[in-house]
Amino acid sequence: MPLQQIAFFLLSEVALGSAVLVITRRNAVHSVMWLIVTLFSVGGIYLMQHAEFVFVVQIILYVGGIMVLFLFVIMLVNLDVAAKQAQFSRQWLLGLVTVVVLAAELVYGLYRGHEGFALAQGAATPPTGGNTQAIALALYQDYMLPVEIASILLLVAMVGAVVMAKKKLE
Amino acid sequence: MIPPHYYLFLGTSLFTIGVVGVLTRRNVIVILMSIELILNAVNINLVAFSQWFHSMDGQAFAIFVITDAAAEAAIGLGLIIALFRNKETVNADEIDLLKW
Repeated sequence: MPLQQIAFFLLSEVALGSAVLVITRRNAVHSVMWLIVTLFSVGGIYLMQHAEFVFVVQIILYVGGIMVLFLFVIMLVNLDVAAKQAQFSRQWLLGLVTVVVLAAELVYGLYRGHEGFALAQGAATPPTGGNTQAIALALYQDYMLPVEIASILLLVAMVGAVVMAKKKLE
Repeated sequence: MIPPHYYLFLGTSLFTIGVVGVLTRRNVIVILMSIELILNAVNINLVAFSQWFHSMDGQAFAIFVITDAAAEAAIGLGLIIALFRNKETVNADEIDLLKW
């Protein structure tokens, strides 16, 4: 088995195993820690596909930003009571059945569409000048308007988060 | 060279685990974390196709998805703080003000 496949299976097993641990832990802080493990292994999978810029964004933004935000909120919200209560809602069986049906549909679709994935591979030469430069060209040439819209979205999210977490609106 | 359907199966599995978390957990913070899992599953697919076609569009979309995830986490956690201040609970099934 080539080294690349070993790395892929190792990373995906770590990602899936820790994802299962994320949704089963009683303590929300432990969930955050396992989610960080998942995010790191998904980042490793990006790195395997030569998506270095997305990997760095994943580490800085997800692990360094969003997860720290989660930890802060867990400290602000008192979870001691919730940790002692039932962790799964009453309709968990119905939810699980729904998910099994969904997963069966997805896997069936992938299995039947298996030949469809023998897609013509793109131009044999990868873009020159490195991954970051290629993404910068894509973002600032082809996706100029979406980048501006995303910046407005972030501004709205920032103002919204401040307004909602404020003590009292006058 | 790993064929693209390996990545699609990985994305499907991660997506399914995320949906299980959203549908069965009571703690709203864990539900938000499951949504992050779902968004990561989508990103795996985007990056896999981006590499397979040697096109940067998929990775640019992955950047946009991560931007959305950051905005969603900020808003969602602000909502959780406001909710906890008003109702003293983080359980999704106790937030039933709109339930008849």
